[in-house]
Amino acid sequence: MTASDQLDATFIALADPTRRAILARLMEGEASVNELAAPFEISQPAISKHIKILERAGLVTRSASGTRRPVKIEATPMKQAVDWLEKYRKFWEVSYGRLDALLEALQTPTNTDKPSRKKDDSNA
Amino acid sequence: MPRPLTITTPGDRQIVVTRQFDAPRDLVFLCYSKPELLRRWYGMPDWTTFVCDIDFRVGGKWRIGQRSPDGYELASQGLYTAIVAPERIEQTEYYDDNWTQGGTVNVLTLAEHDGVTTATLTVTYTSPEARAAAAASPMAEGMEIGFRRLDAALAELRQN
Repeated sequence: MTASDQLDATFIALADPTRRAILARLMEGEASVNELAAPFEISQPAISKHIKILERAGLVTRSASGTRRPVKIEATPMKQAVDWLEKYRKFWEVSYGRLDALLEALQTPTNTDKPSRKKDDSNA
Repeated sequence: MPRPLTITTPGDRQIVVTRQFDAPRDLVFLCYSKPELLRRWYGMPDWTTFVCDIDFRVGGKWRIGQRSPDGYELASQGLYTAIVAPERIEQTEYYDDNWTQGGTVNVLTLAEHDGVTTATLTVTYTSPEARAAAAASPMAEGMEIGFRRLDAALAELRQN
């Protein structure tokens, strides 16, 4: 898979709340399918289907041996997607933080940027 | 304390950014529509805005360019396709390097309730592949910003 394909698969996998919950649970450590199914009011086959999607996206792996065949999270592809979203988030957090300050300045009557400007300059 | 920012990726080619502001929405709208105001807040930390041209009318062109402290330039431009003051701005966006594989359609809606304005930005890519390409692009690489650790981000996913 290319980096783009990987991110695409990751975003699709993360789009579902049940799959997000499964991944969150796996952050605490590996678990069997039964253990993963326990908190949900959906059937074990349905959970297995979600796990298959996560497996195909490379976000989890299942060990081949043993009866429990625990599911384990794979951090690398997830980190790639989360890192990007975090950078995207940082961009908007920083920008909007400055917008907060600007809006406050515009609403302070003593400031040179008087709120009355908004009527004079309206682009409507 | 700044208000929390929410980012979601609904469907397979959208990114939605939501944030509230302690200001009436006509003021928030103004900060998006006036270049001299927009350039005071929009952009990456420590980058300078070397161009911010805005022809704020339907069919009007806009162009914003920013430069990192080490000289990396990132610029995008597009057209305003719909404007409903003070509640909605629709615009197209094309990066000079075209790493989004075509343009995006960016829709900003502003809703005011009890003096608090909620801004919702919906960015729609041309395809799931385009969204992923943007995520793997130099824009993402170009932002020299510290990452939170994966488990902290997942703690947030867990709350959704």
